[in-house]
Amino acid sequence: MTPFTYERAGSPAEAAAAAARTPGARFIAGGTNLLDLMKLQIETPAHLIDVNGLALDTIEATKDGGLRIGALVRNTALAADRRVRRDYALLSRALLAGASGQLRNKATTAGNLLQRTRCPYFYDTVQPCNKRRPGSGCAAIGGVSRQLAIIGTSEACIATHPSDMAVALRALDASVETVQADGAPRRIPLAEFHRLPGDTPHIETVLEPGELITAVRLPKPVGGRHIYRKVRDRASYAFALVSIGAILHEDGSGQVALGGVAHKPWRVEAAEAELPRGAKAAAEQILAGARPSRDNAFKITLVERTLAAVLAEARG
Amino acid sequence: MQKLVPSSLSRRDLLAASTASLTGAVLAQAEDASPEETAHADAGTAMRPPIRAQVSFTVNDRPRELDLDTRTTLLDALREHLHLTGTKKGCDHGQCGACTVLVGGVRINSCLTLAVMHQGDAIITIEGLGTPENMHRMQTAFVKHDGYQCGYCTPGQICSAVAVIGEIEAGIPSHVTPDLTGTPELVAEEIRERMSGNICRCGAYSNIVDAITEVAGSRA
Ligand SMILES: Cc1cc2nc3c(=O)[nH]c(=O)nc-3n(C[C@H](O)[C@H](O)[C@H](O)COP(=O)(O)OP(=O)(O)OC[C@H]3O[C@@H](n4cnc5c(N)ncnc54)[C@H](O)[C@@H]3O)c2cc1C
Ligand code: SF4
Ligand code: FES
Ligand code: FES
Repeated sequence: MTPFTYERAGSPAEAAAAAARTPGARFIAGGTNLLDLMKLQIETPAHLIDVNGLALDTIEATKDGGLRIGALVRNTALAADRRVRRDYALLSRALLAGASGQLRNKATTAGNLLQRTRCPYFYDTVQPCNKRRPGSGCAAIGGVSRQLAIIGTSEACIATHPSDMAVALRALDASVETVQADGAPRRIPLAEFHRLPGDTPHIETVLEPGELITAVRLPKPVGGRHIYRKVRDRASYAFALVSIGAILHEDGSGQVALGGVAHKPWRVEAAEAELPRGAKAAAEQILAGARPSRDNAFKITLVERTLAAVLAEARG
Repeated sequence: MQKLVPSSLSRRDLLAASTASLTGAVLAQAEDASPEETAHADAGTAMRPPIRAQVSFTVNDRPRELDLDTRTTLLDALREHLHLTGTKKGCDHGQCGACTVLVGGVRINSCLTLAVMHQGDAIITIEGLGTPENMHRMQTAFVKHDGYQCGYCTPGQICSAVAVIGEIEAGIPSHVTPDLTGTPELVAEEIRERMSGNICRCGAYSNIVDAITEVAGSRA
């Protein structure tokens, strides 16, 4: 790690302002992703703003019948919340499929959304990587790309977003609440929160410098069968090769988001009209325009088969 | 806002430090970084001097006050500064669980958290769970069931196991809990899934599950 100064923020507005005025500042919440990357010199903040003291660790009912999840609610607490288990089971399931018990006890809602890619070349600091060092190239293109993205990729980057939670939040039509450096709040639909890599893969979300996430909002529950299916190389404590978060209704309609395939949770609302026609038809539309590599072309088949299993589970 | 920087550092100095334009006051802090803290420094970023800060917490019920490089993880504070070497460093990246300790009764990986982030916390390590003369039930069960071979992962396994029983009793579901609205059960499948954050290279897994099952059973 490189040296850094450290402070504890007293309020969200203070935290955002401190981040905006201090060069090289970063927020730290659970620390489970940031410290991992700092140890490898992939992240080198000069100043850490500890946000753990902000009172953003509660889950509250909203007037419109939904939930407002504080940015600091730990993954364990969110997955265990009675209302989430009953009305947003997809979210509990996605969280519980991620990381380990120890990590979920520390990981926060905001930190989970902002966790960085697990592309092996991003972690290997001697390799070119446009995300780690803009303009240096991409070692993954033409390299070992079995785990990487198949859709929404660019000539600059083919990384995936590794979060399970974000896939569930995308299917659930969640939105992100923030305060900007000048203290102004804003609300960003999750659909617009993460960016595709384009030619600036180092810019991963639409957040402005110093912008602090304060909460994630869930709309009113929509009922249906909630299923999160994660396919991975070992049964627990591994990132997804492909995952599917789905809410499926008796009439065959539904909401489906994919993990492990793109730089953001992947959802194609227009393709959901195909769900009653089965997995093949829907998967074809969800992955229209996919450009897999030789190493990860298997993910196309894997998505279709995983979706078929999800649809069968919803019927059964 | 509460600034955890050395008392001699003003806010101006803090900003100066963060832009790496070195003032006398900041340079004065640039001493005795421990080897583990400088091991990775490279030319571009090594220009920033180490920053120290104070933190106090209790470890195994004993109040501790430390003056540390801000980079010190809780794991390194325990091992290198407090000489509580029961907690082990396996991967240092959250991938093995050897560093598992209990903070406020909750199990975490001590390698992925900074010591300065634990002001006022109550930390329990393997040394605090039991002693050779007066072992915790989980320690006794690990001995009885041979829940280890080399023993390197064992302190983390035991801290994790104690917390797992608490998590199941608190009704926290897991990936393998069949009904999210029901109550999770103290069964082997649950224990295996919940212990997946603790890797054992010796492969003592089945004996570990036996040990935990015995303790869980005697509770139920
Ligand atoms: C071994 C291992 C296995 C894992 N497996 C999985 C897995 O299977 N599935 C999965 O989904 N995840 C997995 N993870 C990742 C884990 O979920 C993330 O590390 C965690 O969610 C990050 O949350 P945090 O609070 O610790 O974030 P931090 O590390 O504290 O922060 C992450 C980023 O978010 C920023 N940030 C934090 N809070 C805010 C805020 N309020 N506003 C603005 N910015 C903020 C920080 O500046 C930083 O850039 C794994 C991690 C490890 C180490
Ligand atoms: S895929 Fe993206 S993260 Fe991976 S090496 Fe290429 S640029 Fe870096
Ligand atoms: S040393 Fe902390 S998880 Fe491996
Ligand atoms: S006993 Fe050797 S690693 Fe577990």
